[in-house]
Amino acid sequence: MKVLVPIKRVIDANIKVRVSADQSGVELNNVKMAMNPFCEIAIEEAIRLRESGKAEEVIAVAVGPSQSQETLRTALAMGADRAILIETDPAPEPLGVAKLLKAVTEKENPGLVILGKQAIDGDNNQTGQMLAALLNWSIGTFVSGLEVNDGSVRVTREVDGGLENIDLTPPCVITVDLRLNEPRYASLPNIMKAKKKPLETFSPDDLGVDVSPRIEVLKVIEPPARAAGVKVSSAEELVEKLRNEAKVI
Amino acid sequence: MAILVIGEHDNSTLRPSTLNTVTAAAALGTEVDLLIAGADCSSVTDEASKVESVSRVLVADDPSFADGLAENIAPLIASIAGNYSHVLAPATTYGKNILPRASALLDVQQISDISGIESEDTFVRPIYAGNAMATVRSTDVLKLITVRTTAFDAAGMDGAASVETVSGGGDAGLSKFVGEELTRSERPELTTADIIVSGGRGMQSSENFVLLEKLADKLGAAVGASRAAVDAGYVPNDYQVGQTGKVVAPNVYIAVGISGAIQHLAGMKDSKVIVAINKDEEAPIFQVADFGWVADLFEAIPQLDSALE
Ligand SMILES: Cc1cc2nc3c(=O)[nH]c(=O)nc-3n(C[C@H](O)[C@H](O)[C@H](O)COP(=O)(O)OP(=O)(O)OC[C@H]3O[C@@H](n4cnc5c(N)ncnc54)[C@H](O)[C@@H]3O)c2cc1C
Ligand SMILES: Cc1cc2nc3c(=O)[nH]c(=O)nc-3n(C[C@H](O)[C@H](O)[C@H](O)COP(=O)(O)OP(=O)(O)OC[C@H]3O[C@@H](n4cnc5c(N)ncnc54)[C@H](O)[C@@H]3O)c2cc1C
Repeated sequence: MKVLVPIKRVIDANIKVRVSADQSGVELNNVKMAMNPFCEIAIEEAIRLRESGKAEEVIAVAVGPSQSQETLRTALAMGADRAILIETDPAPEPLGVAKLLKAVTEKENPGLVILGKQAIDGDNNQTGQMLAALLNWSIGTFVSGLEVNDGSVRVTREVDGGLENIDLTPPCVITVDLRLNEPRYASLPNIMKAKKKPLETFSPDDLGVDVSPRIEVLKVIEPPARAAGVKVSSAEELVEKLRNEAKVI
Repeated sequence: MAILVIGEHDNSTLRPSTLNTVTAAAALGTEVDLLIAGADCSSVTDEASKVESVSRVLVADDPSFADGLAENIAPLIASIAGNYSHVLAPATTYGKNILPRASALLDVQQISDISGIESEDTFVRPIYAGNAMATVRSTDVLKLITVRTTAFDAAGMDGAASVETVSGGGDAGLSKFVGEELTRSERPELTTADIIVSGGRGMQSSENFVLLEKLADKLGAAVGASRAAVDAGYVPNDYQVGQTGKVVAPNVYIAVGISGAIQHLAGMKDSKVIVAINKDEEAPIFQVADFGWVADLFEAIPQLDSALE
């Protein structure tokens, strides 16, 4: 079985983003970029499936500008076997990404597609669900446990009320949550080896997919700042403030 | 044209998230229909028919809808969506699981997690963990939207909607519900609680969380946590507040032993009053706190407990 893992290049999770002066988006110049943390977990899970003999090949695929190659090389250094870049700038909306991924899925015929549950820039939480719909495949979202057996896949999902178990008929799409695994770091020798692994590039036209946007971003602004607070130095003072000043308890 | 709201429920009661979503729908149009897709869910239907602003409750009662499986419910939504200008679902794990699937079936680019409505096609939504607010305009004719529940008040329960049955979707044969481990608690639910006491890595163990639970019970509060506390196994996953956990906006949020990482703030910075208790006066949580107390939590919490007597 092949496993396809779509990964996204995003602003590093440790960076506090700044809105650009013209309100068109956020400042991306000279900002550190990294693999979306949820995608690292997706890659790790796919590699573990191959290491345990449940998968033969792990293919990382990114949709985005040419710099996404760096992100793909990171995936290859972690242990993915080969990579596909669908070059677009900027990355399309989730529906467009899902359509491109559908085309790649139909070419490659994987048994599983593992994605992150959300990208930490757009925070859309849509792409995997949309891909599954377009393929008419089963889906497990927000997955914190994955068991791949012959003919069925059991997932544990993190839902608002706790945990839920579902059996999926393969092939399926999985979107992963934070607690599924701890992604490995790429070792230096593996980073060197990754440079020689195959990376193919396509355009949306090559795949016959229209990714024109449906959403216009009119403006992007800073959220309202909270007014400065005060320090208290005892429990009595805190309770007094909550009771009589803020009147909230 | 009318607005369709996807109701969230557990086949016996309507989830409060539905009420916030109805309020958002009522801001978009006067005719609001509420879909209840479930199994043996007549008590939910009764409740749904009382929700203010709802004109019609549409019931799809079928065993395949019992467990909220997206493969079975999304085609039902897609089959009736053509009658509406907008389809709204709460941005909870239920809505986030189902609505994007329906959107793709309808070839619509969904708008996720809106916190404001500017007009019938223009919405405000947080991006980058709430560090930026984007105003976006949808050019799709039909609009599918998930709604940030904390940004809209709950609709009242003094309505009188008619009830009709609908059909569509059904067992797609792709997935099967096996079981669940839900966290049972007598305390209020995180997303609707007026007061939340939340603990972080500073709590050090699940035993120590009992301190917070006692405090919470005195205040009638819910208990939440940072990702670090959940990852360390002090509390279950559904306690997590943040960018990738639950978004909350209570009257008071008391953060204990939480540093205030961007991803945590994303889930609680719209709380009315924020209290931070942390022994590190440099902790970023103090930048958003209305009342900050630099103290060791193991001394502070018992003191707070007695001060509330
Ligand atoms: C301020 C702003 C302005 C924007 N402007 C535009 C614009 O003008 N035009 C436009 O088309 N889009 C625009 N976007 C869209 C943006 O670039 C995102 O790519 C898009 O919203 C995808 O959503 P997401 O990453 O949040 O997806 P999610 O659904 O949250 O992603 C979930 C998972 O899907 C997979 N995935 C998502 N995207 C990719 C990808 N590109 N490659 C590989 N895997 C992927 C990953 O596994 C990821 O973990 C804008 C976004 C923002 C925040
Ligand atoms: C993709 C991604 C998604 C994430 N999503 C979330 C999310 O949804 N929610 C979330 O919370 N985090 C999330 N995180 C993690 C986040 O970045 C932080 O790591 C996390 O919030 C830290 O938790 P904490 O504040 O409990 O721990 P720490 O940062 O370790 O802080 C512990 C604090 O406790 C204080 N403390 C210690 N002992 C005491 C004592 N005795 N008395 C008083 N104070 C004490 C310390 O001074 C410190 O400030 C995410 C991270 C990533 C990369």
